Amino acid sequence: MNALTRILLGRLGGLVLTLFLASIVIFSTLLLTGDPIATLAGGAKPTPELIAQIRAEYHLDAPVWGRYWDWLTGVVQGHFGRSFVYKTDVMNLVAPRFGITLQLVILTVILILIFGVGSGILAATRGRVVDRTVGILTSLGMAAPTFVVAILLIWIFAQSLGWFPVFGAGDGFWDRLWHLFLPAVSLAVLFLAYISRVTRSSLIAQLHSEHVDTARVRGIPRQRIFATHVFRNASPQILAISGTTIAGLFAASAIAEVAFGLGGIGSLLVEAAARSDLPVVQILSLILVTIFVVLNAIADFISILIDPTSVVGGNRE
Amino acid sequence: MSVVQITNGKAPAVAKRAAQRDWLFIAALIVFGVIALAALLGPWIAPYDPYALSGEVNGAASPDHLFGTDDLGRDILSRVLVGAQASVFAPIAVVILSTVLGVAFALIGAWFGGWVSGTIARIIDVIFAIPGLVVAVLAVAMFGKGLVAPIVALSIAYIPVVARLSQTAASRELGKPYVAALRVQGVSSWAILLRHLLPAMVPIVAAQMAIGFGYSMLDLAAISFLGLGQQPPAPDWGSMISTGQAGITAGAPEQSVFPAILVVITVLAVGIIGARVTVWAEEKDA
Repeated sequence: MNALTRILLGRLGGLVLTLFLASIVIFSTLLLTGDPIATLAGGAKPTPELIAQIRAEYHLDAPVWGRYWDWLTGVVQGHFGRSFVYKTDVMNLVAPRFGITLQLVILTVILILIFGVGSGILAATRGRVVDRTVGILTSLGMAAPTFVVAILLIWIFAQSLGWFPVFGAGDGFWDRLWHLFLPAVSLAVLFLAYISRVTRSSLIAQLHSEHVDTARVRGIPRQRIFATHVFRNASPQILAISGTTIAGLFAASAIAEVAFGLGGIGSLLVEAAARSDLPVVQILSLILVTIFVVLNAIADFISILIDPTSVVGGNRE
Repeated sequence: MSVVQITNGKAPAVAKRAAQRDWLFIAALIVFGVIALAALLGPWIAPYDPYALSGEVNGAASPDHLFGTDDLGRDILSRVLVGAQASVFAPIAVVILSTVLGVAFALIGAWFGGWVSGTIARIIDVIFAIPGLVVAVLAVAMFGKGLVAPIVALSIAYIPVVARLSQTAASRELGKPYVAALRVQGVSSWAILLRHLLPAMVPIVAAQMAIGFGYSMLDLAAISFLGLGQQPPAPDWGSMISTGQAGITAGAPEQSVFPAILVVITVLAVGIIGARVTVWAEEKDA
């Protein structure tokens, strides 16, 4: 087994352990409320029959570890349990809503990669004026959270100009794209600005390095130096941070979904939390954590594959 | 940071830029000072009762109501001023709590090393694996809507960032020869920890606190925007932005837009302050 395989297997083991521990934390939220029955009843005054029903349905008389294990193995097999507030299987709530969140995130990622990495490259290579302009725009962008951008976009482009719909997800590909465009922009701005900054600074670090000077002296064309030396060497850092950012989008999506009235898993999470529907919140948290951890690990893997020496230092700063 | 490396050896440009930044830094300090003062004095300087209905619904900005009135006819300026309290002090609570917890984790880890440090690293990994917003939403689902659950949840969610940064700072300080010298002289662990290690970490932790304030302000405002934080009718910038959304479609964007601008200005100002303090901390350390 070579060193690279060992590192990758080590990371994989860490990932599984982290997910396992996180699932224990999420499961234990039901116990930490003190009174699981009151929590599961969701504010309704529990009658004796209701208490008995809840006890039976959630196996509250069984030992904690057994319950945890049943819950986890059930979740892995797609048995998400039952929502007490919505009176239906959690799966029935999550499945139809996941698509919208996924589409919103994909559209956002496309915007982030094109405009974030693109403006970062421009800032690093096209001289002072471009650099300063991008710098000012990204400073603003990094102070513009999703909910602020969302209401500004709704005010300007949906209400005043009437170019985009204010609410809902639309049907069919183009209509969906039209409905998801403003939400995706509102979700993208802050992260886009951040990725632009990261891209710029890692490119500049490479542009000023000795091997690039050497390549220049040897007369290698600028475009080739940029592709093979500068961008390639800067990409692990850009990728690692883009990965973390994209991984976080699935959770952050909730804000855009609520602002634009989209029925994704984010708005479901918020609604379920507001109504103390813990079974739904637990499953969605577990899904979001899994996506977050797995995407982070993938970004990590890719940057190790591009540049195996990046792990020598042991951290991803 | 690599940025510092690049600018090394170009002293005049750096000095010039630092002077420009100082101007910006002072402006940011003034802006933040005014906002903090407004948060402190909000209830006393507000021109109207933030809950009083004026009868003029969705009113535009006018001499009587400088920021206009909201969908129920309440004075938006008064609500913004009184709401500043929750919007500014709640993030400060998050920053203080997460800093205390994070620094404690880091010091314990750096000091004991071995399995203690390994366990702490594992706990931090798990916290890091759960996005802050999800931690906050879980807390709200458990303990109900309001600001308390999100404040505690975000404080826990921010531990990893503070802990990793302070652990690096602590380990670096511990590696310096003077610590070994103090140990040889028989100075107690606690004395070294409290009198030397902790003070040495102050600049870097202070910089992190300023940056953390911006993040927690955004996160808490987002949680209030989602309807899980500060509950109406109590004013708060995040929840005002959200309840004002109906006003936008009714042609009265004021009650959403003014608090939104304030969030952005505050976060920008604190970001500039944080960046400057970071540079100071790095210069001091170099």
